[in-house]
Amino acid sequence: MNLHEYQAKQLFAEYGLPVSQGIAVDTPEDAAAATEKIGGDKWVVKAQVHAGGRGKAGGVKLVTTSKEAQAFAAQWLGKRMVTYQTDAGGQPVSKILVETCTEIAQELYLGAVIDRSTRRIVFMASVEGGVEIEKVAAETPEKILKASIDPLTGAQPYQARDLAFRLGLEGGQIKQFTNLFLGLAKLFQDMDLALLEINPLVITEEGNLHCLDGKINIDGNALYRQPRLREMHDVSQDDARESQAAEWDLNYVALDGNIGCMVNGAGLAMGTMDIVQLHGGSPANFLDVGGGATKERVSEAFKIILSDENVAAVLVNIFGGIVRCDLIAEGIIGAVNEVGVEVPVVVRLEGNNAELGREVLEKSGLNIIAANSLSDAAEKVVAAAGGAQ
Amino acid sequence: MSILIDKNTKLICQGFTGSQGTFHSEQAIEYGTNMVAGVTPGKGGQIHLDLPVFNTVKEAYDETGADASVIYVPAPFCKDSILEAAASGIKLIVCITEGIPTLDMLIAKEKCDQLGVRLIGPNCPGVITPGECKIGIMPGQIHLPGKVGIVSRSGTLTYEAVKQTTDHGFGQSSCVGIGGDPIPGSNFIDILSLFQADEQTEAIVMIGEIGGTAEEEAAAYIKANVSKPVVAYIAGVTAPPGKRMGHAGAIISGGKGTADEKFAALQDAGVKTVRSLAEIGSGLSEITGW
Repeated sequence: MNLHEYQAKQLFAEYGLPVSQGIAVDTPEDAAAATEKIGGDKWVVKAQVHAGGRGKAGGVKLVTTSKEAQAFAAQWLGKRMVTYQTDAGGQPVSKILVETCTEIAQELYLGAVIDRSTRRIVFMASVEGGVEIEKVAAETPEKILKASIDPLTGAQPYQARDLAFRLGLEGGQIKQFTNLFLGLAKLFQDMDLALLEINPLVITEEGNLHCLDGKINIDGNALYRQPRLREMHDVSQDDARESQAAEWDLNYVALDGNIGCMVNGAGLAMGTMDIVQLHGGSPANFLDVGGGATKERVSEAFKIILSDENVAAVLVNIFGGIVRCDLIAEGIIGAVNEVGVEVPVVVRLEGNNAELGREVLEKSGLNIIAANSLSDAAEKVVAAAGGAQ
Repeated sequence: MSILIDKNTKLICQGFTGSQGTFHSEQAIEYGTNMVAGVTPGKGGQIHLDLPVFNTVKEAYDETGADASVIYVPAPFCKDSILEAAASGIKLIVCITEGIPTLDMLIAKEKCDQLGVRLIGPNCPGVITPGECKIGIMPGQIHLPGKVGIVSRSGTLTYEAVKQTTDHGFGQSSCVGIGGDPIPGSNFIDILSLFQADEQTEAIVMIGEIGGTAEEEAAAYIKANVSKPVVAYIAGVTAPPGKRMGHAGAIISGGKGTADEKFAALQDAGVKTVRSLAEIGSGLSEITGW
């Protein structure tokens, strides 16, 4: 789960980290009022979406009057922003962050992720701030400095000092960086983060460290113990169908093909998409119905798959491990009857009572095509959807 | 021979009296697994499925000399359950539960390593040595004792590979689901090294998926250390970047973790890769001459 920049900065501020004074608003009038409340004669206004590349999309602006701030907010609020990180439809803008303007002497990068190889939280810092860090990592990996956090002892001040000196910081900046590093490490632990990024972390003209941007991603598995973060979740930033699926504990990801897929198990769901493509078809979605493929869940899954107008045929691929395939077949028939599925449905059942399941499907009189194997299923569904592309 | 478990393995279950623990323990016992006890705090002294229930893992271990523990407790309590089992003296822990916070796993894995305890999972189907011992939620009936070692990040994909190797008559030495989480207790390399050393295992099937670099690391390991034939399949060629595909660990981030990179690394290591998951069995035939 992602947070908006203004929410990330709110958390930074609570942990005593240096952020700009800012107010998040949702009307143009409030944007104007925010500039007056903050004071000064220069402000930065930033449209809030869960995507990078906002600057290039015109979503960040330096303004010198309240009127300009108001006009910027009027221009963006209720619109969708398309950046290189979004899809063609873009992300909706419902908040604008109005901030004090910071005079920048130097831009750094500071981030933290869970590194899967070393099984540690790893902090990364670089003097190459303000640019795409993936690019720096690919082209000049030596410019990314790392500190690895021992899960049993946590982050230590010496690790912060080490990074600070190697970044070329000096004087009071060392102490500032140490506080920043330890604060972020505590935030990471307390809030169950999966990713944290400050890009850029700037040195102001006065020589102070300052968090100019903030990106936070939270471990979805830990949301049960983070009620406050759950409330901060802006569902408008998520795909509507994915959110609907999540309510039924279904994992759904929209793709741009025309063959709907319903599968039990995440790995098999991916494997099914791949085999459809291998036979010349194009998957419309990833969908894992999970272990208990009951009639209710299968019905919901059909509804979600069919809400995508591109879907010309559906492939149901179930490996009945513990559950019985004849029961699943009945669930599919019930769902097809209830939802009123008008596109061809190819079903491959394997495992427990698979043959009985196929018989049940054949006797149903519905437009359901039974497949004998995985390859057979892929061939049949590609043909049913209009042939290989 | 087999890896990790055999007919002598004494198994206990944490979360024994819950619905998942009960159902899968019944299945395991029916399969012939040597289950010796269960643990549910507060229910010590009771009998469940004709087996004694203990309040703590330590008691269960001391009374039964168990070799392994399988965990079916809900995700919020799994860190505690893993640490309890690790502290008790048990040397193999299989955690089936999905949805454990990653920070919990960082600690649990670190502690298991320190204590020399092997952890399999979480978010996995478990481990089976066909005909001898079943620890986990996999359907026993699709397996056949035999000569192929299977290691996989996905449950249902493991079943596909099992079914194909059974249908071809090769059978399986042992099958290990290492799980779909970003921080697995054991990784491909841990299991590959066991298969390489196991006499019964004549060939290996490795099933990976997008996300992370575990398959690339396994490829380098195979190149240097594994002399047995390996067939590999990677799921997620069609997965879009930045989207989590069901498993917590299945995500292409920052352009890293794609299926194509993994296929390339494995091919470079001399592994037979198959692009269709229906071709795992035939791929094995091709490289072994079986």
